Amino acid sequence: MSPPLLGVEEEGQSSVSSPAVDCIPQNGLGIKEWNYLGLSDFSSVDSSGVACLSEDNKNNLNLKATELRLGLPGSQSPERKTELCLLNSGKLDEKALFPLLPSEDGICLPLQKSVVTGNKRGFSDTIDGFSEVKGTVYSEKNWMFHGAGLDSQSPQPLSHAKYSVAQASVKKDGPANAIQEQPCATNGTNLNRTGVFNNSSSAPAAKAQVVGWPPVRSFRTKTLATSSKNNDEVDGKQGPAALFVKVSMDGAPYLRKVDLRMYSTYRELSSALEKMFRCFTLGQCGAHATPGKEISSESKLKDLLHGSEYVVTYEDKDGDWMLVGDVPWEMFTETCKRLKIMKSTDAIGLAPRAMDKSEKDC
Amino acid sequence: MNYFPDEVLEHVFDFITSHKDRNSVSLVCKSWYKIEKYSRQRVFIGNCYSISPERLIARFPGLKSLTLKGKPHFADFNLVPDDWGGFLYPWIKAMARSRIGLEELRLKRMVVSDESLELLSKSFPNFKSLVLVSCEGFTTDGLAAVAANCRLLRELDLQENEVEDHRGHWLSCFPENCTSLVLLNFACLKGEINLASLERLVARSPNLKSLRLNRAVPFDTLQRLLMRAPQLVDLGTGSYVHDPYSEAYNKLKAAIQSCNSIRSLSGFLEVAPRCMSAVYPVCENLTFLNLSYAAGLQSIELTKLIQYCRKLQRLWILDCIGDKGLGVVASTCKELQELRVFPSDPFDAGNAAVTEEGLVLVSAGCPKLNSLLYFCQQMTNAALITVAKNCTNFIRFRLCILDPIKPDPVTNQPLDEGFGAIVRSCKGLKRLSLSGLLTDQVFYYIGMHAKQLEMLSIAFAGDSDKGMLYVLNGCKKLRKLEIRDCPFGDAALLEDMGKYETMRSLWMSSCEVTLGACKTLAKKMPSLNVEIINESEQTEFNLEDRQKVDKMYLYRTVVGHRKDAPEFVWLL
Repeated sequence: MSPPLLGVEEEGQSSVSSPAVDCIPQNGLGIKEWNYLGLSDFSSVDSSGVACLSEDNKNNLNLKATELRLGLPGSQSPERKTELCLLNSGKLDEKALFPLLPSEDGICLPLQKSVVTGNKRGFSDTIDGFSEVKGTVYSEKNWMFHGAGLDSQSPQPLSHAKYSVAQASVKKDGPANAIQEQPCATNGTNLNRTGVFNNSSSAPAAKAQVVGWPPVRSFRTKTLATSSKNNDEVDGKQGPAALFVKVSMDGAPYLRKVDLRMYSTYRELSSALEKMFRCFTLGQCGAHATPGKEISSESKLKDLLHGSEYVVTYEDKDGDWMLVGDVPWEMFTETCKRLKIMKSTDAIGLAPRAMDKSEKDC
Repeated sequence: MNYFPDEVLEHVFDFITSHKDRNSVSLVCKSWYKIEKYSRQRVFIGNCYSISPERLIARFPGLKSLTLKGKPHFADFNLVPDDWGGFLYPWIKAMARSRIGLEELRLKRMVVSDESLELLSKSFPNFKSLVLVSCEGFTTDGLAAVAANCRLLRELDLQENEVEDHRGHWLSCFPENCTSLVLLNFACLKGEINLASLERLVARSPNLKSLRLNRAVPFDTLQRLLMRAPQLVDLGTGSYVHDPYSEAYNKLKAAIQSCNSIRSLSGFLEVAPRCMSAVYPVCENLTFLNLSYAAGLQSIELTKLIQYCRKLQRLWILDCIGDKGLGVVASTCKELQELRVFPSDPFDAGNAAVTEEGLVLVSAGCPKLNSLLYFCQQMTNAALITVAKNCTNFIRFRLCILDPIKPDPVTNQPLDEGFGAIVRSCKGLKRLSLSGLLTDQVFYYIGMHAKQLEMLSIAFAGDSDKGMLYVLNGCKKLRKLEIRDCPFGDAALLEDMGKYETMRSLWMSSCEVTLGACKTLAKKMPSLNVEIINESEQTEFNLEDRQKVDKMYLYRTVVGHRKDAPEFVWLL
């Protein structure tokens, strides 16, 4: 029965870059009870689902099942053997029937509740989402009721549901797949639809992963996945990309950020800083009402960086505070970590050339 | 009819280029049949299993250009297992044996082995043009053979193929005296190539008009190539990453400026957004822009670029351009005919950046729009109705709402009325792909109005057999119908079995069709091949007639069952 599984896994694999990390953190806000045997055992599913990771054997599964794991479920390998999962459901049955069995497991009921692998909605949330859907206009559709079947307490849907619950933890992309069972019979129609249905009515967290949907060529999916990985690397590297550094100014209530890549000379940078901090200097003017200075805003601006009132400094890679303007621009952008606009009076200790600042192009 | 000697008729027939017309010509009388037969040079075979290589050769011995398509369309989306079929080798073998003077070969979704490429390269001394689209099964060794042996090669066009890259020096295999290249597209290759060989090859190809590089070709090589080939009309960049403040970047800028024939631009798989300004001078003459793999460009950069592209006719882009970005397209690209918006993150439906708004904007601003592929987050009936009013020229309309059965989010209604408006208004519609929540009603509209429709793709739609029947009865020109996950069953399948002889193929997967019905159909229609693709453990004998089949693919053929079907394909 693997190929349909495979198909979905492939999709899952090709979207490897996103789901594990981007899963919308909707915690299964406490496990709501999925009551076919009076237990909430989604967590147990998850922990044993996590166990599916270990490639080998039952023993491993057992051990893993005892761990309280709060890791991202999406970090699991998408490789799943059917056998393992069936094995899983076997295990689950056991747990379900003997919830308070002192452990071998070490997990007893209350603990189960707290094992919430946060990035997915609990299976029961899914079912709840389902029941919302039932109430809508689509409830007439025959294939809706397949979902209803899951609610029943007969043993057969039970193993179905368990199987699919195991699957839910298996797939990275959301509990909607819980509905998307991969039964042993050939007919998968309804399931695809119900899985998908869930998606349309419930919160954005659920992603229905249907084989072959959306209809994007696998070549394109693979290429884009590699591309975005590479582009991230690229940006990290020599950075023709943006290079934002913090700019603080004495007396300003908050800091700003500038993109050093936007400028190619010190002059450009300083005029940009002027513009940015204009409001603070004017503010200061007004607030302090500096005695003796009848200042027009324009002249104040001019004075900001070119004058002797303020000095622009930067912290370099070594953590030292340096005066802006000494090194070539390229070197500056490579070593600058943050900027600080200091009052000249404060900067005396920094730069012997502070006095000459008015002559410098900063 | 003996009014004219044969040579005159032949000369007249030379002017008839469309396949359909030539087919009609050959039906007029025996004499015309014969003349047409021997003068036919270009043959198009939409389904490689509809005829055998031997029959083809017997029918058109003068064959020079062959187009072959293999796997069904849904194979693109992983719905067809790998070894299903579509092998090129038998065709090459047969044509080689019969000494066909093959010059051009265009393949789509075929399995191409290195062996077949080698045989091809050695058997056809006049071979000029190889175009492979979405093919697989070959490595760079096969390409090396083609490069080395096809002395007159003009076109090597590899589009989106799965090629195993042996990192050999296939490019170096082009002999030093090969100067005939007009088109070289190896963008889909993943491995390193010999940059020096590439430069030399481009330098000695004065007729080179189209060059599409792969990711492994760095920025500075691109600059040198452009210096050597300022006559390029179509450029696909390799890696487009560099420090925009460097000398190399300035050189590239200069090089691009000297290429004032470029009308088509693509690539940018790896891209530094700040380097895009080098490309602006080229934009004003662009007619085709493909940024659908440029994941590194955000909406801002995209719109900045597009603002220069006033003459654009075809645009392929990622949905990160956003609705606003599409607004910029609408206000800038007044000549736009084809728009394709691909999803940048296909499996994250919640984040898709375009909605119905973008489409409405484009339809309002670009009245010449006739071809659309649009992946979006949602669609409304109102939007579709507006689009239908604005653009009545659609030939291809393919809409994919990432959530496959999503209704109109405003009214919560199915999208029947919206698509109904499209088919009513676009009388020339030839290809349609549906998505969203849809009932039988949309098929009623399609059957009623889409009289020119040739290809229809349906997924997760409809309520009953009636839907499928509306289409089969109403769309007289239907050639390809592909259906997945719809409640269409035996009654619809068997109602008008003769219809399938007028079509190229029918695909139905995850529907309500049973094995028994397929068997009935196969029995009653010997001119059809009915294939069941069965991936479960069960064998033909275990499966009962009343069980539903997972995947069925049927097509008309003149040569009966194919001999190369794998185990999991049952030919009924």
